[in-house]
Amino acid sequence: MSWEWDVIIEHFPRLLQGAWLTLELVLLSGFAGLMLAIPLALMRVSHRPWLKAIPFGYIFFFRGTPLLIQIFLVYYGASQFEIIKNSALWPILREPYWCAIITFAMHTAAYIAEILRGAIQSIPKGEIEAARALGMSYPLMLRRIILPRAFGIMMPAYGNEVILMLKGSALASTITLLDLTGMARTIIARTYTPLEVFLAAGVIYLIISALIIFLFRYLEKRFNRHQHWPNEKPKDLDPQH
Amino acid sequence: MSFKKILTTAALLAATITTPAMAGDSIRIATEGAYAPFNMVTAEGELAGFDVDIAKALCAEMKVECKIVAQDWDGIIPGLKARKYDAIIASLSVTEERSRVVAFTDHYYSNSLGLVSAKAGDFDPKALEGKTIGAQRATIAGQYLEDNLGDKVSVKLYDTQDNAYLDLSSGRLDAILSDKLPAYNWLESEEGQAFEFRGDKIDIDDKIAIAVRKKDSELKESFNAALKAILENGTYEKINAKYFPFSIY
Repeated sequence: MSWEWDVIIEHFPRLLQGAWLTLELVLLSGFAGLMLAIPLALMRVSHRPWLKAIPFGYIFFFRGTPLLIQIFLVYYGASQFEIIKNSALWPILREPYWCAIITFAMHTAAYIAEILRGAIQSIPKGEIEAARALGMSYPLMLRRIILPRAFGIMMPAYGNEVILMLKGSALASTITLLDLTGMARTIIARTYTPLEVFLAAGVIYLIISALIIFLFRYLEKRFNRHQHWPNEKPKDLDPQH
Repeated sequence: MSFKKILTTAALLAATITTPAMAGDSIRIATEGAYAPFNMVTAEGELAGFDVDIAKALCAEMKVECKIVAQDWDGIIPGLKARKYDAIIASLSVTEERSRVVAFTDHYYSNSLGLVSAKAGDFDPKALEGKTIGAQRATIAGQYLEDNLGDKVSVKLYDTQDNAYLDLSSGRLDAILSDKLPAYNWLESEEGQAFEFRGDKIDIDDKIAIAVRKKDSELKESFNAALKAILENGTYEKINAKYFPFSIY
């Protein structure tokens, strides 16, 4: 079989266009998902059973069903109801772009909430007790101790989840979006060179993954910087100054 | 094992490997199964439709055993190249681009394109500017839309025709550009009652034929001979009448 490099070169700008949309989908839904996950996780670690039940049901549903089915239900399912079509939500729900972001955010929020819950529960007890002993109120403790510590602990697992979402975002192509996968499939529909085009798309996915990995290495270092100080030069402690 | 025996085995093996799809045994034919009334899956899970009936009639004429398999549209030509099957009878239009990768037999029906829109709407095929029009990806309709209307209308491409119909019903699309014959079938169905063809049909000299690998010219010739035979002996006409009240050859 013949290998056509020209196809890759000729269509590379369009693949990059698709990659841009993929990035947008992952970053926006990743951010929205995190915002949604914080209250879910906090409810999940609560001691009140009824408060725990809400995130439990949510997480059970979104973790237990395939992303493909969720995106179909939101995009094709919601549009079957006249009530939704006549509501104020329709201008948003009629756009595949927003349907994808909403579905991805809700899906990833379920996973992030579980990761965050684990992180909160693994904060050393002494640190929480110390905060309490200082008389911190719950919101202050949350802002200064619990969440910053939990973010530091969860970063590696969270980075993993973002990469899973990057790959999951390929499903956006099933609802007419021209993300990296959608663009690749549209190009292949004309050129019949699936190997070449998918190889190029795969390489772009790899590069995006690499960027995400580096970003999370940096974030991990930043959130856990208090643990690294013994390895740095203690210049601030230098008595000469 | 004697040397002679090894030689014969090797020769036999070579013969089985190099024999093209024909040779009196069975032919594997791919169809899509999501393009009613040409190819679809029945409630019993069996492949049926005009393409499937034609395939069976051709096989009967050629006196070979055929195995018809379902294959997703996106991968239907790559699958042929990868030898997953020997022929495609899936309402595949003859195009220049496809002709570069596969060989086509004579056509077994012809198609044109048409715009489908809601009966109640005010969609005007003469004023398309700014409208949202859908089509199935990797089809002639999809390519026509991108090539001829791409800068005027917003084009949306779907994985299956069914998904495009869903979005037409939901109001996300102003119209669908589709092959006229399957759209005719959908308009006849319950779901399609609220929709109709708008504007003239778009003649695109669209001939539908059977695709085989370029090397299998023997298979191509026997398909052509069988096709000619069923057109002459009335079998084709009978199958045609089963699906459309007019000739589609």
